Amino acid sequence: MTTNVKTPSKLEKILRAGHLAVTSECGPPRGSDPEAITKKAEMIRNHVDAINITDNQTSVTRLCSLAACIHIKLMGLEPILQMVTRDRNRIALQSDILGAASFDIHNMLCLSGDHQSFGDCKQGQNVHDIDSMQLLQTVRYMRDEGKFLGGDDIKRPPRMFVGAAANPFADPFEIRVPRLAKKIAAGAEFIQTQCIYNLNKFEEWMRLARERGLTEKVFILAGLTPMKSAGMAKYMKNRVPGMDVPDEVVKRLSGVSKEKQPEEGINICVESIQRLKECRGLSGFHIMAIEWEEKVPEIAERAGLYPRPIVN
Amino acid sequence: MIVADKKPIEEIIEMIKDYNKILILGCNECVTVCEAGGKKEVGILASALRMYFLNKGKDMKIDERTLERQCDHEYLDEIRDIADGYDAIVSLACGVGVQFTAEQYFSRPVYPGVNTCFLGATEERGLWTERCQACGKCVLATTAGICPISRCAKRILNGPCGGSSNGKCEISKELACAWHLIIERLKALGKLDNYEKLFPIKDWSTDRAGGPRKVIREDVQL
Repeated sequence: MTTNVKTPSKLEKILRAGHLAVTSECGPPRGSDPEAITKKAEMIRNHVDAINITDNQTSVTRLCSLAACIHIKLMGLEPILQMVTRDRNRIALQSDILGAASFDIHNMLCLSGDHQSFGDCKQGQNVHDIDSMQLLQTVRYMRDEGKFLGGDDIKRPPRMFVGAAANPFADPFEIRVPRLAKKIAAGAEFIQTQCIYNLNKFEEWMRLARERGLTEKVFILAGLTPMKSAGMAKYMKNRVPGMDVPDEVVKRLSGVSKEKQPEEGINICVESIQRLKECRGLSGFHIMAIEWEEKVPEIAERAGLYPRPIVN
Repeated sequence: MIVADKKPIEEIIEMIKDYNKILILGCNECVTVCEAGGKKEVGILASALRMYFLNKGKDMKIDERTLERQCDHEYLDEIRDIADGYDAIVSLACGVGVQFTAEQYFSRPVYPGVNTCFLGATEERGLWTERCQACGKCVLATTAGICPISRCAKRILNGPCGGSSNGKCEISKELACAWHLIIERLKALGKLDNYEKLFPIKDWSTDRAGGPRKVIREDVQL
């Protein structure tokens, strides 16, 4: 992979220098108190390279991703702006990309977003003017060509390091790698995966990606979410679409007392990272400790991902 | 065809309760096939309404009529002589028929008696499903004959999204993932390689987004 950076993104610099990157994520609050976001970011600031800010995740209305990214940026941290295509058309998306660029937000993750029927506005419209692949193309076009989709020149184009999500566990499995190739062709430079619990299946996906040379073209960050309880594991297994939680994980958590389950969840997460550090072609970890951000430092330290590298 | 569903009778009662003479107007086209607004449904609705108003002690005259089409001036003219004799018309045609009837009988109130749902087909008796959103620029040639605009809950042109699970859509286990179907059919056609072609950003100007649409065909105009 080329070591030449294309953007001022700290995440890009770390990845291109060959370090294992660590990212995490913070969900904005259901209110306007900026402390709800800055407190979470403060907990993890020394243990991660960049922080994803979710965009109205699960379609529940929250403080907007862009504003939360600005709060994080003003703390001297590195935000990754998540943008879904559910709520905005191409005018609004391009406009928000420029808004983010004006605050020198240098990372973006392009997503389609959960369907609005999961959230608090079930009766609302969805937009989906473009899809997540086309959003990747849009940002890359704005950055690399310095143009709007309409063809006009952008004064001071955005300088975003562009990422996408990948779910190695969704169906049908045979198109998971072709789909990754398609996202790379659309412009993805880094990938953050769905939460990994089925390590064998993930390693198989990585092997197929390596065989196609895709790990030479994109930085893949393995997504990990520590389980807080056996109940959470069962819920994720049975209720969350596209999630692959093997029975062993549920059993292991159920096998310890309720008080010990959070600790066991952290153990599983740490062990997973340790195992995946050996996975060839993997470029880092995306630790999504949902409403459990305070555990990210412990996970990073125990998994040997601390201290974080310093890049200029 | 255009698929419609019956409106709750309470809603229809609320629309017409202050009138004395009503015409229930059916349509012999799509709404007959989907059993929402044909001659049979006109009869059922009229009987139910008569019974309701009789129980309420209200003298309400309710007549029935079903036209060949309500989206055609020629057939709508068939009620020219009688339309003025009614306080209001309840049309069981699709939204097109309701509007065309209202345009033809400008001074008569015309109410919708069905909810117009989508462009679809009869999958089995009593089950109709959507197949087309009339985007004005058909993509079926590149999607193995399966429309992601009408059949994907996010109208994703480069799917499936991460919510596809066991071939089903994230919004319902009853709903097939359109992209799963597309991939299965690409495989059957030996064209799975096509999957990796990126579908470019779509021009939605021929869709609802471009404003009310028209098709003008000079070659068939009189």
